[in-house]
Amino acid sequence: MSRMLHLINKSPFDRNALDSCLRLATAGSSVLLIEDGVYAAMRHAASAEAVIRAMNKLKFYVLGPDVAARGLTDVSLIDGIVVVDYAGFVDLVVEHDVAQSWL
Amino acid sequence: MEPWEEQDGPEVVKRFMYVNRRAPYGTIYALECLEVVLIAAAFDQDVSVVFVDDGVYQLKKNQDTTAIGMKNFSKTYRALDDYDVEKIYVEKESLEKRGLTAGDLVIPVEVIAADKLREIMAQQDVVISS
Repeated sequence: MSRMLHLINKSPFDRNALDSCLRLATAGSSVLLIEDGVYAAMRHAASAEAVIRAMNKLKFYVLGPDVAARGLTDVSLIDGIVVVDYAGFVDLVVEHDVAQSWL
Repeated sequence: MEPWEEQDGPEVVKRFMYVNRRAPYGTIYALECLEVVLIAAAFDQDVSVVFVDDGVYQLKKNQDTTAIGMKNFSKTYRALDDYDVEKIYVEKESLEKRGLTAGDLVIPVEVIAADKLREIMAQQDVVISS
């Protein structure tokens, strides 16, 4: 079975992309939050519960430049979400067999 | 009297409300709406600006867009005061859902509950939502 990297670029409050991804992703897959998807990494947001619940089967990453752009460097992110830069984004794409963008 | 000449008599002042519902950088809506508000402010109307849903993210402090190569327009909201746009409302429910407080925002705002916002919204002559 292929290892999949799921890319989420929409706010969890605006679209259901994250919900659908969490429902359909196979255990052992990875989720990278980019663009407006980074809001899902905020620990004190209402969306955090679903992400934390999914962390026992999925590995979560968040793109640092998008976190900084949105002013989230001073808020708590969910423990265990790994912050990556653009080079880290490329590494993740290379390390996984398939990248799926949840547009 | 030519049509372009000003008429005498009382000026008609309408109540304009701009409703921001989008996060700042994922789409162009937030920046476009801010520009519309600043332009419209020159017409001496009764202007209010509202932030609900993901629109509250527009006002988040400490935005740094250096690494994404986009213009950081969050500081421009401070110009609203210079343009005498003083009615700036943020919906309490939207802030709370996102784990934010008024202290996280780049300008002073009036945080109001949906009940209150509903009343203010119902009093408007023109509502522009984006």
